Amino acid sequence: MITGTPKPIEEIMEMLDPYDNIVLAGCHGCVTVCRVGGEKEVQVLASTLRLAREAAGRTIKIREVSLERQCDPEYVEQMRPYVTDYQAVLSIACGAGIQFLAEKFTTTPLLPGINTGFLGVTERQGEWSERCQGCGDCVLHLTGGICPVTRCAKSLFHGPCGGSVKGSCEVDKDTKCGWQLIIDRLVALDQMGNYGKLKPYKGWNSSRDGGPRRIIREDMI
Amino acid sequence: MKSGSNLEKVLEAGHFSVTAECGPPRGADPDIVRKKAAFVKGNVDACNVTDNQTSVVRMSSLAGCLLIKEEGIEPLIQMVVRDRNRIALQSDLLGASAMGVRNLLCLSGDHQKFGDDPQSKNVFDIDSMQLIHMAKTMRDEGVFPSGDKLQGALKFYIGCAVNPFADPFEIRVPRLKMKMEAGADFVQTQCIYNMDKFKQYMELAKKEGLHEKIKILAGVTPLKSAGMAKFMRKMVAGMDIPQEVIDRIAAEPKEKQAAKGIEMCIEQINELKEMEGIAGIHVMAIEWEEKLEEIIGGAGLLPRPVME
Repeated sequence: MITGTPKPIEEIMEMLDPYDNIVLAGCHGCVTVCRVGGEKEVQVLASTLRLAREAAGRTIKIREVSLERQCDPEYVEQMRPYVTDYQAVLSIACGAGIQFLAEKFTTTPLLPGINTGFLGVTERQGEWSERCQGCGDCVLHLTGGICPVTRCAKSLFHGPCGGSVKGSCEVDKDTKCGWQLIIDRLVALDQMGNYGKLKPYKGWNSSRDGGPRRIIREDMI
Repeated sequence: MKSGSNLEKVLEAGHFSVTAECGPPRGADPDIVRKKAAFVKGNVDACNVTDNQTSVVRMSSLAGCLLIKEEGIEPLIQMVVRDRNRIALQSDLLGASAMGVRNLLCLSGDHQKFGDDPQSKNVFDIDSMQLIHMAKTMRDEGVFPSGDKLQGALKFYIGCAVNPFADPFEIRVPRLKMKMEAGADFVQTQCIYNMDKFKQYMELAKKEGLHEKIKILAGVTPLKSAGMAKFMRKMVAGMDIPQEVIDRIAAEPKEKQAAKGIEMCIEQINELKEMEGIAGIHVMAIEWEEKLEEIIGGAGLLPRPVME
């Protein structure tokens, strides 16, 4: 899923300063799963903002909504009938959702209520970690199902580097060395034959380095 | 000759080589480099110039190489893939070769988190293994990775680095083999303090016949004090300093620890000289270049051979 973290309330208050009448829009997609931008978070954030505004001697009118997904036109359109009645939309969806609202509602300012994180997994209640950078050229079949681009701090293709110590990355003792994980897994799978061969230079053009990406599926159009 | 560098000639002639390193200054004063160069001159076959080591911003390695070259020292340019994509790397390889730098060390580079710009973006477009391959392709085939021809050959004696003390130990020799196969002519190791582990590493390397296919230059760093040893062990990832090494230097009174560190370094070089498969020594006297002559001379490695 796409993960995120809430922005500090002070930062949101600063963004909202010019406005007294807004929509607070949540999303039932990924950000609901990682508990940062769903229906419940909309309610909590709206209450917090109202209280903070009152404490500052002003009021704010907030319309609370939660779309099924902010990244699909059919759900985004549900906001169209009323969005122009408000001065701004504060969205707590991921960066894709926020931008999609901005594209659709061209005369309404869009404000981000969260910082979008990464493509990751739930390790346990309250802990998420990154797994994929969406580089567009998957090699997981060669690396024991563990991604060197994402899990190695240097995205090495022939790791681990000299900073791998007792399973930890040089960047942070609490970060596992991606290449130690890869090696352990290749040994367990009896696939160490995949290691030891020089890999071609990665084509980053399938990643974001090639510019903003599009997927066009002719069979679906 | 692949490059015609002095280091290549010394090693190919079967001499036990000596390299050292100069860290460029954190500023634009060329005299700091020249001052260090004066301590290096005559004591080495080539001198590494580091490339923003530990991600701390310093004068560029290429500029440092040219400055020490002017002082009559053969430079060895270190190049990390942390800060430059393949376009910049190819360009710098061409530039360094054009300016007469004949030795190259291909490195990943410490993560930027350790430096003074931890918020910077890293590159890692290709890795150090692929940089070796790229330099070799450009040198031996005269083509860019894109396939286009080079105008003027690239001349480098190509090196790599290994850390025999990092984990997992089992892949350290296979990784050296991969670097050799990618095109490395020589390897400089991380500072060795744990001689038992290094011997184990060399046994595995010899089993693969690597000592006959790549020149292995053993890395040493003289300890200035017990405090420095403890600091390095704690702060430098992959640095293996056994307790008995620390105890030995710590047993000396503070004012005598530096001399002890040098004595221990010379002792170690003498032991490495006798080890089968070790082709040379790489002395990383960190901000202590003035002691190079004492260390290298003390190990009986002076004067350096003069090659035709």
